[in-house]
Amino acid sequence: MEALFTETFIAAFIFGAVTAGIPLLLAGLGEQVSEKAGVLNIGLEGMMLVGAYVGFVVAYLADSFFLGFLAGGLAGLATALIMVLLCVYWSMNQIVVGIAITLGAEGLTALHHHFQFARSYPRLPKAETLAIPGLSELPYVGEALFHRNGLVYLAIALAFGLLWVFRRSQFGLNLQAAGDKPAALDAAGVSVKGTRSAAVLITGFLAGTGGAYMSTVGAGLFLPFMTGGAGFIAIVLAMLARGHPLWVLFGAFLFGASLALTTALQVAGINIPTDVIQMLPFAMVILVLIVFARHSYLPPALGLPYHRGER
Amino acid sequence: MTGRQLQSLLGGLARVLLPVALALIAGAVLLLLLGKDPLAYYGYVIKRGLLSPTGLQASITRTIPLLTIAAGLIVAFRAGLWNLGVDGQFLLAAVCVAALAPALVTVMPVLPAILICFVVAFAVGALWSLIPALLKARHGINEIISTLMMSFLGVSLANVLIKIPFNDPTTTVPQTATLPVEDRLLRLGDTTIPCGILIALAAVLLVHVMMERTSLGMKLQIVGANPRAARHAGLNLQRLTVVAFALSAGLAGLAGALDVLGVHGTIRADWNPAYGILVIPLVFLARFNGYAVIAFVFFFAVLMIGGESAARRLGVPNFFVLVLVALLMIFFAVTEYLDQRRRSRLGV
Repeated sequence: MEALFTETFIAAFIFGAVTAGIPLLLAGLGEQVSEKAGVLNIGLEGMMLVGAYVGFVVAYLADSFFLGFLAGGLAGLATALIMVLLCVYWSMNQIVVGIAITLGAEGLTALHHHFQFARSYPRLPKAETLAIPGLSELPYVGEALFHRNGLVYLAIALAFGLLWVFRRSQFGLNLQAAGDKPAALDAAGVSVKGTRSAAVLITGFLAGTGGAYMSTVGAGLFLPFMTGGAGFIAIVLAMLARGHPLWVLFGAFLFGASLALTTALQVAGINIPTDVIQMLPFAMVILVLIVFARHSYLPPALGLPYHRGER
Repeated sequence: MTGRQLQSLLGGLARVLLPVALALIAGAVLLLLLGKDPLAYYGYVIKRGLLSPTGLQASITRTIPLLTIAAGLIVAFRAGLWNLGVDGQFLLAAVCVAALAPALVTVMPVLPAILICFVVAFAVGALWSLIPALLKARHGINEIISTLMMSFLGVSLANVLIKIPFNDPTTTVPQTATLPVEDRLLRLGDTTIPCGILIALAAVLLVHVMMERTSLGMKLQIVGANPRAARHAGLNLQRLTVVAFALSAGLAGLAGALDVLGVHGTIRADWNPAYGILVIPLVFLARFNGYAVIAFVFFFAVLMIGGESAARRLGVPNFFVLVLVALLMIFFAVTEYLDQRRRSRLGV
């Protein structure tokens, strides 16, 4: 048991928690934007997978993590276009379309992976890191928190950026109105469909970058179905954060920690079947839902298409 | 049949068959892009999934769990509840039955053992839906999320059960004890099809009749159509929510029992066919109608069985079937939209 409390172990654990938390953070922030605007995006998992695949391919071919990250985001955005068209404009059931997007993305990425990489399984080199002077020297947390790839800092900054958007910008207000009382937004002369489309596209982009982070900086390779439910956890994070980006940040690292526990315990030589540990994040969601059942918040118009003049 | 009835029947048929055709065409384009011959692929799928006697029997056998799951989904969806946790409910029940059945047949005759297994499977499935059901009924927590989380949890828990308490020590890979072939569900005549198919068909038809013809079905439909109206009508929303979930998840559990007792006899670690998430689109496509569900599930089973052969023979992995289902749903959405627009233009 002593192995659990050495500096190496704790540092590795925090490192893993951040690595696993960043995709959840990005996708969760994205989902929060959609949910605020009244669109429940069940296709998040699919958008992450598409981002993971495209991000990996581009990072591999262009030899650039940043380009891969960007391409992953754009691929997620392109996937989100389907949702915009079918759900926002054509008022199709958001859940059905979301499941379709996830299934299709799972199938397509696995198929392409099979035909392109199944024999070679290429790997990316380790991502370059950026040490923050001073802080990266700290014991325990220094290496794990302040000596990371630049994208890590970018993702964390994004949470604060979104906080500003939600609280201080006109667009943030529009998003809120599109979810709470779309008719009021319409009456104010702002397009509900336009606002929701923008929200869904932002979600797609962020989910795509989350997936791309997972495959490029995180794992350094693409595996079929590699998101393994992270998209769904991100949806829960957004739901429990009640529209507050910093709660997504907190939640993402909490869940990242429970994901990282798997590897950390193996490093420490404690032999528990991985399945037990894989249950942790999901069990935690259920527990949180039970404990905070009355506190989760979703906008009144969530999941409902908007038709002008309808009551 | 009057001309008008015939017209609406044909219209309905077209609305269903058009997305299927479009999905197959889009799938063909994808196959071409991947450098595969779509005609050869589809031809092979039909030959091996439908036309060859062994393939046809395999396809019908595959419909057993799918149909039973679909029956459960009809209940939930008609009651307006999104039970997306079918995979966990199915697998947990299947694993419990896989561990229970070989033990039971050593102490009692096969028939009561099988009946006990059915009851246990139904109960395990229903139990696994209890938390989402209560969260929804008491606090209005979105059941999509909670059922999905319980599903992931259930799949992992099933693996833990297989690897530790239910592990058969005589095998090298972790798996449950194997039910002897002679103790499994009887086969129909000379075929390889287990008699579970009769139970699966009965489940779909009974659910259909229940939803259309009984007061419980009527109440559930009202809850699904308009929860506020249901409350005003004095219906006990909380109890109905729990009942609908229990029926839906219980049937998913029963599907697990039918699959284990009729086909596999044992479950290996990490086996998760993820039937549930594939059946959801089909139930949608069938508009929650029991008869249409039977047709769609059979079509899909042919695709799956044929696709599995084609994966080995033509080198197109079965992931392709996932893409087809997604395309099917998207084209279904598109035709639905176009149809609505046409109707509203005609002022119908």
